[in-house]
Amino acid sequence: MNAMQRNGLLAVALLLAMLLSLMAGPVRLSPFAWSDGGLTAIILFELRLPRTVLAAAIGAGLGLAGAVMQGFLRNPLADPGLFGVSSSAALGAVLSLHFGFAASAFLLPVFALIGAALGMAVLALLVGRSESLILFTLAGLILASLTGSLTALMISLAPTPFATAQIVNWLMGALTDRSWADAMLAVPLIALGGFILAGTARSLDALTLGETAARSMGVDLGRLQWRVVVGVGLLVGASVAAAGIIGFVGLIVPHLVRPFAGHRPGAVLLPSALAGALLLVLADSLVRVLPTTSELRLGIAMSLLGTPFFLALLMRMRRELA
Amino acid sequence: MQMQMQIDGVSIELRGQPVLRGISAMLQPGRVTVILGANGAGKSTLLSCLAGLRQPGSGAVRLGNRPVLAMDKRERGRMIGLMPQRAEIHWDVDVETLVGLGRMPHRGRWGPTEADRAAISRAMAATGVTALRARKALRLSGGEQGRVLLARVLAGEPGWLLADEPLASLDPAHQLDVLDRLREAARSGAGVVVVLHDLTHAARVADDALVLQEGRLLAAGPAAGVLTPAVLAQAYGVEVHLARTADGAPIIVPVRRIA
Repeated sequence: MNAMQRNGLLAVALLLAMLLSLMAGPVRLSPFAWSDGGLTAIILFELRLPRTVLAAAIGAGLGLAGAVMQGFLRNPLADPGLFGVSSSAALGAVLSLHFGFAASAFLLPVFALIGAALGMAVLALLVGRSESLILFTLAGLILASLTGSLTALMISLAPTPFATAQIVNWLMGALTDRSWADAMLAVPLIALGGFILAGTARSLDALTLGETAARSMGVDLGRLQWRVVVGVGLLVGASVAAAGIIGFVGLIVPHLVRPFAGHRPGAVLLPSALAGALLLVLADSLVRVLPTTSELRLGIAMSLLGTPFFLALLMRMRRELA
Repeated sequence: MQMQMQIDGVSIELRGQPVLRGISAMLQPGRVTVILGANGAGKSTLLSCLAGLRQPGSGAVRLGNRPVLAMDKRERGRMIGLMPQRAEIHWDVDVETLVGLGRMPHRGRWGPTEADRAAISRAMAATGVTALRARKALRLSGGEQGRVLLARVLAGEPGWLLADEPLASLDPAHQLDVLDRLREAARSGAGVVVVLHDLTHAARVADDALVLQEGRLLAAGPAAGVLTPAVLAQAYGVEVHLARTADGAPIIVPVRRIA
């Protein structure tokens, strides 16, 4: 099977999963129930469809962001959260919850996006014109630890126990009750970020040979660095704004894709986006049909899935080292 | 025919320490130029200036009449191929894919062309790695990896080929093979610049030699005139023994340190 066929297969699987996701939930629906009009049409169009679209967009964004980050840092354990942009976005959202601005549906995602943008600006200030990867990673760590601790501070200073619960719950990430307004905000930004990152494929390939060789073949490392930051920032910022923090997707998906797509970083990008979308749509359908009293948070479901995944990875490495 | 590479008064400081001081030389295409000098003499820094990857504090490197730093990056990538000192392979890709990366400065938007594929095959054949084409590069021996990385540079068919210690980690047979490939590249018209530590190999492969000492150009010119016991004694602080094999090839062996 060549790359095009594999990606086609993933795309078909994604479409099927999205149809399935329209049916999944407390009320079981046929995806063609819209023709009845009335209540089922409302559930389908106003609840399930935006949620499914968001899950696909966010999954694709996080999968792609993870594949780009791993290729750029040449480290298979790199994660889109590493730059600190996702925790800056989370801090923005938490601030809006803390001060009770979240009453208006639009304010929380806008605060999150402002947080992500400020995070990227701080990163730019810290790194300056340097092209050093270590400096860059360190700047990301500084940003992540600062915003992480400020988020914890906001939680501890929350005015009421209700606000605390609201913040903690939001941080866990979910797609419950998302509307078209959320989708309209996030999807274009994710599309823009994806477009920016799609152009990095060949430079990431060249980095397989290290920075010196890549530069000697015409790769502009400084430009690549900012493409990666802005692209990953848009993807991660938009997805945190719409769904809170959903971990592990960006970390796991490129690993799942590599045995099939090969290890060349540029070849991993598109299948990672497709597989990320597929994974998140399926996981979000799963949390809806599980017989729990309140819906299992998607962020928690993903971390639960992450543990056995890394355990399997560890077992394989142990076998190879033995 | 390739253009000449002109090094025009190149000086460079790193962290306040002068690394290169006013280096001027003219490098000729179709010849192998070897850069020699003790550790820290500035060889690798000079090579990265030649590749257009480092901005000299003053002076310039020109290809034809154009400063290499002013060239479009991709165009420069097509004209100057660099094999860095440190062999880096970061992902578990197969040999053919890795060699194919060398075509990057040539690649159009729509995937590899016939010319790309032909260049990749030629490069693999020239370095004797064709049989390894489907193997994972990371699981090869150090020597095999060295040849694959040389094939990567050759695949780009650069007019100027720069190699920083390409013999490190190769066994004697493969060292001779790599030197032959470099000679061949020069014979076919390319300019070849190699940093070497082994004086005997240097004497055999070099048409011309540049000897650096603490960032200064100690000697330059046709190799026979430069690789003399007097110059080497000053450059490395060692006394060398010069001999010849039965067929007249030079042997240069360091014998003792000069106090």
